Amino acid sequence: MKKLINNPQNVVEEMVEGYVKAHPNHIKQLPENDRALVTNRTTKDGKVGVLIGGGSGHEPGFLGYVGDGMADGVAVGNIFASPSPDPILEVTKAIDKGAGVVYLYGNYAGDVMNFGMAAEMADLEEDIQVGMALATDDVASAPKEEKEKRRGIAGEFFIYKATGAAADFGYNLADVVRVARKANENTRSMGVGLSPCYLPQTGKPSFEIGEDEMEIGLGHHGEQGIEKGPIQSADAVADRLVNDILADIEINKGEKVAVLVNGLGATPRMDLYIVYRRVEQILSELGIEIYRSYVGDYITSLEMGGVSVTLMKLDEELEKTIDHPVDCPMFVQK
Amino acid sequence: MEFTAKDFRDYFKVIVDMIEEQKDYLCELDRKLGDGDHGVTMSIGWQAIGKKLDNELADEEDSAKLNITVGKTFLSAVGSSVGPLYATGFMRGAKAIKNKPVLHDSDLKDYWVAFGNGIQERGQAEVGDKTMIDTLIPFVDGLEKSFSESQNFLDAFNKAVVAGEKGMKSTKDIISKRGRSSRLGERSVGAQDPGATSAYLIISTFLEFVEQRIEKVS
Repeated sequence: MKKLINNPQNVVEEMVEGYVKAHPNHIKQLPENDRALVTNRTTKDGKVGVLIGGGSGHEPGFLGYVGDGMADGVAVGNIFASPSPDPILEVTKAIDKGAGVVYLYGNYAGDVMNFGMAAEMADLEEDIQVGMALATDDVASAPKEEKEKRRGIAGEFFIYKATGAAADFGYNLADVVRVARKANENTRSMGVGLSPCYLPQTGKPSFEIGEDEMEIGLGHHGEQGIEKGPIQSADAVADRLVNDILADIEINKGEKVAVLVNGLGATPRMDLYIVYRRVEQILSELGIEIYRSYVGDYITSLEMGGVSVTLMKLDEELEKTIDHPVDCPMFVQK
Repeated sequence: MEFTAKDFRDYFKVIVDMIEEQKDYLCELDRKLGDGDHGVTMSIGWQAIGKKLDNELADEEDSAKLNITVGKTFLSAVGSSVGPLYATGFMRGAKAIKNKPVLHDSDLKDYWVAFGNGIQERGQAEVGDKTMIDTLIPFVDGLEKSFSESQNFLDAFNKAVVAGEKGMKSTKDIISKRGRSSRLGERSVGAQDPGATSAYLIISTFLEFVEQRIEKVS
């Protein structure tokens, strides 16, 4: 394992320190908790606060998405581990503008417990109303009948995008939560892993895979997927991912989607665009209109090799949210 | 037997060292089922507790307060899923021994029963889900049953740890139903659950701790 780090125990602290110092116009650390970061811009009174969070190692997820048009604050966990309720509660207090706060996070046992505990504390101790929406976009992580068990992967990006816009539009908490949940309901992802990532503290690969193998449905913490097989061409991988997604959600001819082809950290843009090329072909053959597309590293897994494809089915309201401009340190949309 | 805040402090210090020794083993187990960081997570939490024990808890004489701080420290340091689970365990244990400067057999039994049940309540897992609950529920059940028969904590705890060990080993043969490894389905068979293993280490270390303490006294 080669990494450009100092002490493996301090990677999260040192990353956060560098990040905050690099983007002082965008983001600041709260004095109460090093893992609690909030926007440095003034937000409107009466705007619903948008709080995101999760483990580290997914950069630009999640701290990269704090800024205008997206999230107002982020709680930063250890590598691949949910943040504790402390930073979540501190961010909640800092970003509440009297209209409540929505928590957006992936459906993982740890996140569910820590964000749930923080929401209880916000309500009991701080009298702040909290709404929640979980990302469950990964079709490979559980069958359709058990949709609520699915984990959140790259589709979280679309949920942040839609929710951040809804909050900016001045929606109340109930409506912001409704949009967040609709965004999740309309979003599906699936990925493939080619090479593992290495946890800085252990130096060990997150999963075992042969030189000539790929793993379909791999999780973005290196959780094993649904099957391992010989590596295939970009077109074949794109076919498999898009077909599995379309088998899970009905998207008819003439309907519009937002597309995200997401790299897991060590996949070149070249490969991502080759995958996107095929995704576009399949969708246009089916008469599904691509309303907007995103190609790049949006939610990663350290230096993992691989790609995921995400489709979000759009209605008029979601189109508006997707068009909304964003200015974050790691993502800008004009 | 008698047990005080000082004994809790000494026991927790033994756990701090034990977790450091077992860190790689726990990560290795987790690599087969999850993201391979269970040992790291436990180590981050117990190292933070170790610092507290040497500083602001160094003179704490109230067992309940000591346990509350241990739970909160663990939670703040790790988050994750084990954070809320163990924090709830230590806090419920604290509640069971509130305002008792010296714990006796039945208090210790109450502490561990509240500890295990608190974790189960927080995580909502059942026996057979391939989690730490597969260690802790047989342990709690064994402790309650044996204690009601003998009224002797050490004897009952001994039997409870044996039941917990059996539960831990049973996780090798079951399909994950909770946590990240639940997505593995049948591929999870054959691997012992890391959370069940660390839970076993925490209770078995307590047994060794009290046995050694009794030897020293006699």
